[in-house]
Amino acid sequence: MTTPPPAAFDWFPLVFSLKVAFLATVLALAAGVGLGWLFARRPFPGSTVLEAIFMLPLVLPPTVIGYAILATAGRRSPLGAWLDEHLDYTLIFSWHGAVAASAVVALPLVLKSASAAFSRIDPSLEAAASTLNQSRWSVFLRVTLPLAWPGILAGTLLAFARAMGEFGASLMVAGSIPDRTQTLSMAIYDAVQAGENDLALVLVIVTSVLSVVILAVSNRYLSLR
Amino acid sequence: MRRSRIASLLFALALPLSASAAELTVSAAASLTNAFKEVAAQFEKAQPGATVRLNFAASGTLLQQMAQGAPVDVFASADQATMDKAASQNLIDAATRRDFAANSLVLITPVQDGPAIASLQDLAGDPVKRIAVGKVATVPVGRYTQQALESARLWSALEPKFVQADSVRQVLDYVSRGEVDAGFVYRTDAAVMQDKVKIALTATGHTPVTYPVAVLRESGQKDLAVKFVDFLGGAAAQEVLGRYGFGKP
Repeated sequence: MTTPPPAAFDWFPLVFSLKVAFLATVLALAAGVGLGWLFARRPFPGSTVLEAIFMLPLVLPPTVIGYAILATAGRRSPLGAWLDEHLDYTLIFSWHGAVAASAVVALPLVLKSASAAFSRIDPSLEAAASTLNQSRWSVFLRVTLPLAWPGILAGTLLAFARAMGEFGASLMVAGSIPDRTQTLSMAIYDAVQAGENDLALVLVIVTSVLSVVILAVSNRYLSLR
Repeated sequence: MRRSRIASLLFALALPLSASAAELTVSAAASLTNAFKEVAAQFEKAQPGATVRLNFAASGTLLQQMAQGAPVDVFASADQATMDKAASQNLIDAATRRDFAANSLVLITPVQDGPAIASLQDLAGDPVKRIAVGKVATVPVGRYTQQALESARLWSALEPKFVQADSVRQVLDYVSRGEVDAGFVYRTDAAVMQDKVKIALTATGHTPVTYPVAVLRESGQKDLAVKFVDFLGGAAAQEVLGRYGFGKP
């Protein structure tokens, strides 16, 4: 096989990774703040176990997460079969799959920082707000959330960085389809496998610079607290 | 006292690395997985004291590992192109290279709810939404697939449906789980999962699928490695390969 001529730099994996990481972070943020508040402020029987289950993606190998998603949403699973039959929709090998996988692995980082931030808030502040004729929702939006925000934001930035770096679970769920589901991490993997070391190096530098920026910003928010 | 304990601990940890004298590392194409496990067991029986360590992946991945200095003694590839690359990178001892098996490329579909396919042209139809193929850059079955589909003038038309896999076994896995509607694998792979995949047709229009094997130049076990290569050509190994559906080269 002859080596192909040097093609124009393919921006797709970078842009796609940013898009997937952004959407995954939004999902993780919404779920993480809700669950974090629930676990920190309204504990119920079994909530400790439930929180531990949501934290699992932090410690389990990504391939386990990938397999779990395949088993839940794959075409042979009840849910996947139903979606395929009634809505002609498949999560597997689509970019939605990459978002789902990244959101699941990013969730623990938002959840943990949100629940820590919520539990550190002085309940008397919320009580004071309630006496000022504010509804519960309004207290949450005007008092609780602003107080917890710096902690949540730091966790969210970490979640974004984690989602950017997701590889194992996304590869299993979305595959590495050039120009459709190939993220930056997968493009690096493919480049190394194919012996295109120069391309791999460029991509590694791009992803490293991006991650350093995200982590530096996140550190700054953490130290501001 | 403490230091010596730590030293002996480190020594104990290092021990498995400096394993028995006659250990042979064989990097083999993914499609050889089942057959080579059996061949290796037979070789170990025929060569008392020898241990065969098998490393399976797509041929291109194996090549890359060796190019980066992986300590491999024998390389068995699923195509000539990858072995040619190994030769041009001076990784193998060219004198030891020989073909030891042949295979054929088939199109498979899931047994459960698979689309009806009678010809390659049917792949262009609506019932087929996703087709698993090996990555052309690293997976030999992907290159054979490309040749077959280009001969049929279908490659570029079907490209939007492709899901690229890291090895032939991943293609098999995708089809067997019904995540794709069709995929190209070797006949021997299809035989491994007869309960889950069925062969729709045998593809033509590609270079013959022959498996070359060679001893690595840097091998620390050259004598044993040569014996393994010879063993592959022998009656016992050929019987095993035949049983798994491989043809003679």
